[in-house]
Amino acid sequence: MLSHNDIMSTIDMIDHQHLDIRTITLGLSLLDCADPNAERCAQKIYDKICRHAEQLVPTGETIERELGIPIVNKRISVTPIALVGGASETENFAIFAQAMDRAAHTVGVNFIGGFSALVHKGMTSGDRRLIQSIPEALSTTELVCSSVNVGSTKAGINMEAVRWMGQIIKDTAARTADQGGMGCAKLVVFCNAVEDNPFMAGAFHGVGEPESVINVGVSGPGVVAHALKEVQGKPLDEVAELIKKTAFRITRMGQLVAQEASRRLNVPFGVVDLSLAPTPAIGDSVARILEAMGLEVCGTHGTTAALALLNDAVKKGGVMASSSVGGLSGAFIPVSEDEGMIAAASCGTLTLDKLEAMTCVCSVGLDMIAVPGDTTADTLSAIIADEAAIGMVNTKTTAVRLIPAVGSKVGDMVEFGGLLGSAPVMPVHPESAAELIARGGRIPAPMQSLKN
Amino acid sequence: MRAIVTVVGPDRVGIIAEVCTQLAQLNINIIDISQTVMEGFFTMMMVTDTSKANSDFDTIADVLARKGESMGLSLRIQREDIFHAMHKV
Repeated sequence: MLSHNDIMSTIDMIDHQHLDIRTITLGLSLLDCADPNAERCAQKIYDKICRHAEQLVPTGETIERELGIPIVNKRISVTPIALVGGASETENFAIFAQAMDRAAHTVGVNFIGGFSALVHKGMTSGDRRLIQSIPEALSTTELVCSSVNVGSTKAGINMEAVRWMGQIIKDTAARTADQGGMGCAKLVVFCNAVEDNPFMAGAFHGVGEPESVINVGVSGPGVVAHALKEVQGKPLDEVAELIKKTAFRITRMGQLVAQEASRRLNVPFGVVDLSLAPTPAIGDSVARILEAMGLEVCGTHGTTAALALLNDAVKKGGVMASSSVGGLSGAFIPVSEDEGMIAAASCGTLTLDKLEAMTCVCSVGLDMIAVPGDTTADTLSAIIADEAAIGMVNTKTTAVRLIPAVGSKVGDMVEFGGLLGSAPVMPVHPESAAELIARGGRIPAPMQSLKN
Repeated sequence: MRAIVTVVGPDRVGIIAEVCTQLAQLNINIIDISQTVMEGFFTMMMVTDTSKANSDFDTIADVLARKGESMGLSLRIQREDIFHAMHKV
């Protein structure tokens, strides 16, 4: 029998602690859309997405109403377009992004991911054509997200791709200059990208996945922050226990929603991604959790340790709550999407270097960080290389999503609106890494790759 | 289908009567009720059976939400599953 307190605690989490399902993401294979004729391929992409995702948004809304839990986003991830478009005789892949964008508008989702290429060991002709099309694709579409995987623990880091991505980010910022470099907010550079991530901007439908699949991303930084009030001044192992219990509850809810969506859409259930995903709303911040653990401001000494505890406890609590956990699973630290991170960066306590250290122990990487508009492509590439190295050596996913908004200077605020929030422009080191980046080639896979 | 109805808001005379009348009009059976007042705040939860209800779930949710609004409190209905998922192993 349910107790009065249990029910009221759930209601309180939904009403006052921002408990929600962050996303239901439909993964969809587009491999069968390949066609030598680019227009025909784009049409097939549009048709297939519309056909399979037609019921996604209405079904999500029904589940939302019946369970009384907000499902903030309904999204689609597709096969990396470099693999689909590779067969087409065209240099410009933006046509495929535009087809994805039209389909996303038609079915009513708020993002579609998969304008992607996996180039960790080298580049095919399709990969090259996709990457060179990214600036145009992101500046001529609204809902399309793009990602490029430039490294992996097994393959090492493709430094040619790293060098190129620095330039691609600059070009994307220039082409979306009138929107504060918005295009860059939809572009992620990965190391060890996962194939079943439901979160944007890095979601794509990997080739090892089924024809279609439902992945669900849960959230709940506000719930964790609220729960921490119970253990003020207590030892950290008690804090970890409490976070585990909270993560368990949140993930169980995600599992329920995932099963419901899977059953109603007649699409197999993939994974629950048990990430703590912040939003710019007050009370929905990962930084504030770290501060509730005893830091004056997020980014000061001790932040990495607190984040390591949080990230691990979230995973441990979530693993038992779901039949299948995957995606990125951990604590996200996107600066512009987290009210506490924005405050910590604005006052100068949270720096790029500290964020880099934090990415060693959190679920992803340097996320939604605005850097000065005059940051060179080489410096962007060097930041990507550092982050990829952390991912490669630690056998974890890392990512870089930087926004060098044209004309912005340290101390400015770049506004994106909605879930993407606003980012204080953070300083980068002025000293050059151009010679390192110009070398190109590959950073060989580390010893960790030799497990067989 | 079993669903949980919750009512949260400032306490006053007649809340239970009004909510129960509304549920009766929708032909929703009440299986269990628990209620308490904490610091002037009224909270009530009811386990209900909606299988013989005379409207679909969406309409019921709408009617109850509007009823709650008119009474100046939060009144909602949710499938029981979400609470079981979160609180029972």
